[in-house]
Amino acid sequence: MGRYVARRLLQMIPVFFGTTLLIFLMVYSLPGDPVAGLFGDKGTDPATLARLRHEYGLDQPILEQYIRYMGDILLKFDFGTQIRSGREITEVIGDAFPVTLRLALLAFLIELVLGLGLGVVAGLNAGRLADNLVLIFTLLIISVPVFVLGFIVRMVFSDQLGWIAPNVSNEELWSELLAPAIVLGALSLAYVARLTRTSMAENLRADYVRTAVAKGLPKSRVYGVHLMRNSMIPVVTFLGTDIGALMGGAVVTEGLFNVKGVGGLIYDSIVRREGMTVVGVVTVLVLVYLVASLLVDLLYAVLDPRIRYA
Amino acid sequence: MPDITKTATAPAEETATAVAAAAPQKAEKARSLWGDAWADLRRNPYFLVSSVLIFFLLLIAVFPSLFTSASPTRGDLVKHFLTKPELGSIGSPEWFGYDGQGRSVYARLIYGTRASITVGIAVTAIVTVVGGIMGMIAGYFGGIVDAVLSRITDIFFGIPFLLGAMVVLQAFTDRTVWVVVGALAFLGWTQITRVMRGAVITVKQADYVHAAQALGASTVRILFRHILPNALAPVIVVATIALGGYISAEATLSYLGLGLASPTVSWGVDISAAAAQIRVAPHILLWPSIMLSITVLAFIMLGEAVRNALDPKMR
Repeated sequence: MGRYVARRLLQMIPVFFGTTLLIFLMVYSLPGDPVAGLFGDKGTDPATLARLRHEYGLDQPILEQYIRYMGDILLKFDFGTQIRSGREITEVIGDAFPVTLRLALLAFLIELVLGLGLGVVAGLNAGRLADNLVLIFTLLIISVPVFVLGFIVRMVFSDQLGWIAPNVSNEELWSELLAPAIVLGALSLAYVARLTRTSMAENLRADYVRTAVAKGLPKSRVYGVHLMRNSMIPVVTFLGTDIGALMGGAVVTEGLFNVKGVGGLIYDSIVRREGMTVVGVVTVLVLVYLVASLLVDLLYAVLDPRIRYA
Repeated sequence: MPDITKTATAPAEETATAVAAAAPQKAEKARSLWGDAWADLRRNPYFLVSSVLIFFLLLIAVFPSLFTSASPTRGDLVKHFLTKPELGSIGSPEWFGYDGQGRSVYARLIYGTRASITVGIAVTAIVTVVGGIMGMIAGYFGGIVDAVLSRITDIFFGIPFLLGAMVVLQAFTDRTVWVVVGALAFLGWTQITRVMRGAVITVKQADYVHAAQALGASTVRILFRHILPNALAPVIVVATIALGGYISAEATLSYLGLGLASPTVSWGVDISAAAAQIRVAPHILLWPSIMLSITVLAFIMLGEAVRNALDPKMR
């Protein structure tokens, strides 16, 4: 186990650097100049521009910029400063992160509970009415794009029924985050339900289930322990990669419900060409993704007794 | 007739027997995986519905002028937000009302189909070819080649899809359909690579591959004649389902203002414009959203049907 974790951690290192380098190259090969942007349409004299560019290190070769940037992050936990506001990027991310994390966790919880629930119901009734209803429901959810779903939720629940406020207030109460979390988690909810259903329906015919039934175990134990535990592997794989995806996918949902989180920060930064902020946020998201996928691999061993990490 | 045993449920077996009885010489012929899948597909209602939908969508995308005589770009401000839809006059420009610039919502729906369908099909085609070849090489050669290719795949996979596409697209001021296709394909190939690699690793252990190697067949021949046809099924399934996702992604990017932009007629562009006027005229938002959802649904249903037909475990 310890050796496996060590090997996985070592494998994560090139992926971490590769992904951050890739996003760095993508961001900095963009045309457009955030320094010139500071001065608006009027512009300023070339000497000032050159001095500011030098100050932000934008005049050096791109690989050198990357190495210095990574060095600052890893050694001094310094993500640089946001050019527009002059604030530390760690501070900006620190402000935006908690609400997005809460939103993602709430969405995660919703997809876990509802997705698993629907999947189990469909899987145990494979081929019957409940299965088909769940199939139709999940297909509909998957095919309606997130922003359309968001509009529907807003129109129905805030404009027509008045159950929720159209925008999330600055206090960001849990109850206010519920509607955006449903919208954010809906797509993954459908995938979780489909995965659970397929996996349950397949394993229902497995030998170990027949054995468990044959030796007289109660139904609740056969389904709840034997079947569930073995059917969870594809679902856990999906859920693991999904935490990062939820935080990234918050761009649309946060915009729709006016949540001031990471999604809005990324969107603003991309549009304003604040490369440093974009790279910083994506670096954090990549870390979340890498840690989550490591946890998933370790969970495999817990779920399936046949998998053992030496 | 051993090939009939594949059907799991009793009624399906009856129909299969009936079909077999009606055409005995056909049923006795040993069917391949693909023949089997085709027979399965033809009976699947989801497949029939989605094929009809996709046929119509393709027809609209290729010949939009068959469906409307109105221009999608010519606006008449007199008709600004003229919302009264004339449902009796099916297919006429005023059918779904007019948008803020007095352009026919119906005509824009029809002409917007092409952008979505093009993006979906083109991205899927590029991703399947590039990702498929990468996956075949990684899976077949293994060792250091696999390690390097898998790490590269991991690197691209680590970037959140939508965010990455936003960053790439922001670099282009003139965002045509092909720029969007390029951006989505640039980030989307990893999924296919992973699936293909897994499938190839399973297939390459098979006896017929060893036999071909022993007979001295060239690597290219082994890869394309022996391994590819047998490793293709999961790739096709993933690609079909992803197609719907790419259409959805294009609309989302256009909605965010980072995808297609205004002279191009697309559902995403219309939804983005309509979102600002949602309280004044919700109907402009409604129709492109419905079209978009139906299109994505059609491709995802097709993917599900193909998955059921190709995956013997589902039977």
